Amino acid sequence: MGGKAQVRLIDEFGRRHDGRLPEEMRPVRMQVGVLDNSDGSAIVEYGKTKVIAAVYGPREPVQRFMVLPDRALLRVRYHMAPFSTWERKSPAPSRREVELSKVIREAFEDIVLVKLFPRTTIDVFIEVLQADGGTRTAAVTAASLALADAGIPMKALVAGVAVGKIDGVLVLDVDEIEDGSGEADLPVAAAPDIGKITLFQLNGVLTEEELSKAMDMALSAIRQLVELEKKALKEKYAFSREVRSE
Amino acid sequence: MSLTPFRIPIVPELRKNTILSLIAKGLRVDDRDIVTPRNVKIETGVIEKAEGSALVRLGATQVMVGVKAEIGSPFRDTPDEGVITVNAEFVPLASPMFEPGPPDENAIELARVIDRSIREVNAVDRKALVIRPGEKVWVLFIDIYVLNHDGNLFDASMLATMAALATTKLPDYEEYETGDIEIVREKTIGPLKLNHIVLTSTIAKIGDYIIADPNLDEETVSDTRIVFAFDENGRIVGAQKTGMGAITLDELYRALKIAKQAANVYFKSLEEALGGRLPVERQGVEGHG
Repeated sequence: MGGKAQVRLIDEFGRRHDGRLPEEMRPVRMQVGVLDNSDGSAIVEYGKTKVIAAVYGPREPVQRFMVLPDRALLRVRYHMAPFSTWERKSPAPSRREVELSKVIREAFEDIVLVKLFPRTTIDVFIEVLQADGGTRTAAVTAASLALADAGIPMKALVAGVAVGKIDGVLVLDVDEIEDGSGEADLPVAAAPDIGKITLFQLNGVLTEEELSKAMDMALSAIRQLVELEKKALKEKYAFSREVRSE
Repeated sequence: MSLTPFRIPIVPELRKNTILSLIAKGLRVDDRDIVTPRNVKIETGVIEKAEGSALVRLGATQVMVGVKAEIGSPFRDTPDEGVITVNAEFVPLASPMFEPGPPDENAIELARVIDRSIREVNAVDRKALVIRPGEKVWVLFIDIYVLNHDGNLFDASMLATMAALATTKLPDYEEYETGDIEIVREKTIGPLKLNHIVLTSTIAKIGDYIIADPNLDEETVSDTRIVFAFDENGRIVGAQKTGMGAITLDELYRALKIAKQAANVYFKSLEEALGGRLPVERQGVEGHG
């Protein structure tokens, strides 16, 4: 842990290596409806992290036995493009990708109104195009937008962000450099409109006070991210209205 | 790819209602209160050919862990550290729900949560696993074998992992003039250097209630579970929400409190199994008798 930080991660003015303050996010970009074939899609950027998500469904299951009689089955794939990292990542799914696909799926099981579509499958395919820290949380945000874009009823919009601890300071939205030498990493996803936390992981050490402060930081950022999601969805809607009136 | 489980065991409605109505009164189907884990039994040294091993029974759940040591090369970015890998097998004899085949997402998640909990605090001193810096290091394989699944595989696996690591003895080795190193398993060169003892404590949220150490039926009817990892000083060293549901912030903090109480019971059980003392120094833990 720590030890081999080549860059000073927090300077004497309390600024991070890229000039951000501890509670500052990287520039966020969201765009909805970016892939024509899918029923819903979105691209999300947190700084240099770029994640694209597409939703297909509700549709007939690819394999007949993969059905639930009383609800839709969610299929989630989190996958990293081979060119998304400094060193080429093998396209074969890693153990990390298997785990992240699971926790991202579980972040939506209680959000999507699956009981409305029994015996169907809803597919959420996520590709990390560039990885610079926070890919799983950007993936949740992209998936939430793509599901909404596909018109799939949900209890609320979901967004994610990670809080890290570097040099004893809690910092919002850790990037790759910070993640590599930090003391703790806390990825969180939540649906703030219904007060639910849907993804929660902690790698590293936090005191109870730090955990509580980190959760407050994450949840307040998530509230802002969800507002940005609403804005991105409305922008697409406004654009389609323009097209129709032409 | 991760799919909503579609081969979930069916808990009869009647049993589900029993579980829920008992929990509402602060009681459990197996006669416990909501913060107390099931009976823990830990045996160590159960496999002579492994460098370390343990069998843990948590109620009817049984998990065996074997630690094997090999000599290998360090990773390029950590030339002065040994290598530790954690793998979990949900073997088909453990449950009617388990099928033969490579580890599924549940087994992978379990292995990775345990791996991270140990790794993040350097519980096993990786620097002490170096034989020749940059060239030869010990590679520790921690293999988790679930033998009987009756819920809460995380805590049982973590207890078995720690019990096995605490009793692991590295084998002796011989260095040849050619630079080759050969392991001599008949002799041992002593225990692993442990910096911390880490155990997990899992809670389940069922409706508005939070319970420690869910058994399989409770797990099946639960909304979600949270695994917290603690070290011997009660520090939080890892966490993971696992399962389909969501939780509120208030529930998260209630869960942490209950998890910590249950963790104390696990630490006590491990301490007893290791002859009355943990192999690391503790720095004043509150609430531990």
